[in-house]
Amino acid sequence: MKQKDSFADQIWMFFASVKLTVYTLVLLAGTSIIGTVILQNARPEAYIRLYGQGVYNMIQVLDLDRMYQAWWFLLLMVVLCVNIVVCSIDRLSATWKIIFPKNISVNPRRFEKAKNRQQFDSHLSMDRVARQARQVLAGRAGKVIEKTEDAGLLLYAEKGRWSRLGVYVVHASVLMLLAGALIGSALGFKANLRLDEGQTADTVFDSHTRLPIKLPFTVRCNDFQVKFYDTGAPDEFKSSLTILENNQESFTENILVNHPLRYKGINIFQASYGATAPDEAVFEIIDSEIGAIETHTIKNGGVVSLPAGAGNFTFEGFVPHYDFNGHDLGEAFIGRLDTTDGRNVQIVLPTKFPTFDKMRKGRFTIEVKSWDQAYYTGLQVTKDPGVPFVYTGFLLMIIGCWVTFFVSHQSVCIGLEQAGSGSTRVWVAGRANRNVQSTNLTVKKLVKELKDVSGK
Amino acid sequence: MNSSLLLSAATFIYALASVFYIGSFSFKKQAVARFGFWVIVIGLVANTGGILLRWMESYHMGYGHAPFSNMYESLVFFSWTAAALYVFVEFKYKESIIGVFVSPLIFLGIAYASFDPSITSKIMPLIPALKSNWLIAHVITCFLGYAGFALAFGFSFMYFIKPKDPGTKRLFAKLPDWDTIDELTYQMIVFGFLFLTIGIITGSVWANSAWGKYWSWDPKETWSLITWFIYAIFLHLRLIRGWYGKNLALVSIIGFIGVLFTYFGVNFLLSGLHSYG
Repeated sequence: MKQKDSFADQIWMFFASVKLTVYTLVLLAGTSIIGTVILQNARPEAYIRLYGQGVYNMIQVLDLDRMYQAWWFLLLMVVLCVNIVVCSIDRLSATWKIIFPKNISVNPRRFEKAKNRQQFDSHLSMDRVARQARQVLAGRAGKVIEKTEDAGLLLYAEKGRWSRLGVYVVHASVLMLLAGALIGSALGFKANLRLDEGQTADTVFDSHTRLPIKLPFTVRCNDFQVKFYDTGAPDEFKSSLTILENNQESFTENILVNHPLRYKGINIFQASYGATAPDEAVFEIIDSEIGAIETHTIKNGGVVSLPAGAGNFTFEGFVPHYDFNGHDLGEAFIGRLDTTDGRNVQIVLPTKFPTFDKMRKGRFTIEVKSWDQAYYTGLQVTKDPGVPFVYTGFLLMIIGCWVTFFVSHQSVCIGLEQAGSGSTRVWVAGRANRNVQSTNLTVKKLVKELKDVSGK
Repeated sequence: MNSSLLLSAATFIYALASVFYIGSFSFKKQAVARFGFWVIVIGLVANTGGILLRWMESYHMGYGHAPFSNMYESLVFFSWTAAALYVFVEFKYKESIIGVFVSPLIFLGIAYASFDPSITSKIMPLIPALKSNWLIAHVITCFLGYAGFALAFGFSFMYFIKPKDPGTKRLFAKLPDWDTIDELTYQMIVFGFLFLTIGIITGSVWANSAWGKYWSWDPKETWSLITWFIYAIFLHLRLIRGWYGKNLALVSIIGFIGVLFTYFGVNFLLSGLHSYG
């Protein structure tokens, strides 16, 4: 052991300690809670309304409104990374020597204290027991190493030396994940795109910064379809998209939720949808005074005259969500009645409630009979070159955890000694760096097999 | 026979098993606990049948999906994984008395699903985002993780009630020896940690295929990460001298509180992308 009092050594020791890992993980876990309690990525007004100006100032100082990108949170991650790297370098050389030793030395003393050590006497000669034991051991644990001692013979076998590397694989996977996340946030983007049926776009807008991002191609939405369950909940929605390059149609593909389009490193996801304003609709105008019913096809923005020249009706527009006393009544047509007696009222016709206008109890009642249902598709457009790194990290993490937790470095030793006339004393013991239970089991099974074959 | 009938039967069978385990503990009759084990096995069979039947019923209704899509279904599945893991553990370790801390958890899970009026047991159609094979992989792995942590939580209690003096005639003296308790708690946490890890990963891969983002700091995601951190802390603390027994058991209990908050708390208190447990 070298002296550890220089400043650099002390820093090294600090970052190599498991205690630091625990402290960092505690801090990461504790502070992560903040972001699930305090609203994230909202506008300043929202914070002031929720918490007041004073608290908002504090939130801003500590970046708590986007805390998973805050400098101090990222610093914790950096500390964790340095900790992992230093810790691994510090221990790897020792582990390496255990995994790849120059020559495997068998030290019977190390097996003497094993709790699972079992001993019995066989009435066979040592040679015969040794032959049997070699076979049994090779079948259970692999290559057998032999060592002759004054007292007798030692047979030794082991497996899973490499499993000591598992923990380093787990730690490397964490670094890989964070590297992938870094690459993704530096070179990738996430944006939203709203396309009406028939529309094209080559620019999307970043979801956070709202800045335009030019795509390396143009997207056209040919068609959007939505299917509903009988409960009214959406069953499936899909868009037919065409990719255009240099004004040439490149290819057309249908995208659904969970089935995105991936092209040139850009991913296009089906995220949402909504109804667009129809160009024209069929209205029915009922005059309760003279009992007339007239049907008109009106263009958006168009005007028709009411029965008996009593005034005009204007189709003013369409909203995807109409708010009525705090309830969202869904899509609604907006119109205006302008009667000759000087009354001028706006009327709302929610498509889900065709007779809604009767509640107004006026002379004229308007109903929407039919219209061209058209939708816009809500797309999420992303690019993330970090994903391959993150997925590699995922794979390494699972493999590493599996090896670390469920594979162990096991060694088993069988000792044979002459015991009296023609009989042999046999002992079996095993050691493992973890998962002692399974080693004990191996020892038990070996003893049983040895007793069986040696006629005990 | 329909699924809800079979699942309420499972609820009562699990209740019976808890009665046997606790009874065996109070009256110091080991044989009663062995009986409790077989009752749990019967409960597990009924639970399995109920889940499979519900799966088939959803196809008859035309919605056709694995029964992992809402709070009711996830609670039923939680009890199933916890019961299955427990049966395996008792079978392997042959310590029948440890069921006393686990059987009530299995019962409470499925009972909560049936008796809380705010949890609907109706079979509902799947929203488009849930229509993915990742749903099955994600839910099964997460719940295997939760089951591991639930069992570890049950076993951790033994640290607090087993008397130190082995000669005592007190009620809790029959509990397994310290090495076995330590081994059991550790094995369950290792099992839970591996599956929670795979659960978070399958969830991320799924999110990437549905929304184009493998991680978005949604409250449920964040809380699952917090839980993962707590158990990672547990695994690292074992490497530090002086951390064993009660201290570690306490960390295991804190970890399970994390699991419970990820599972229930987030749904009730925080909003997010997860529509189910």
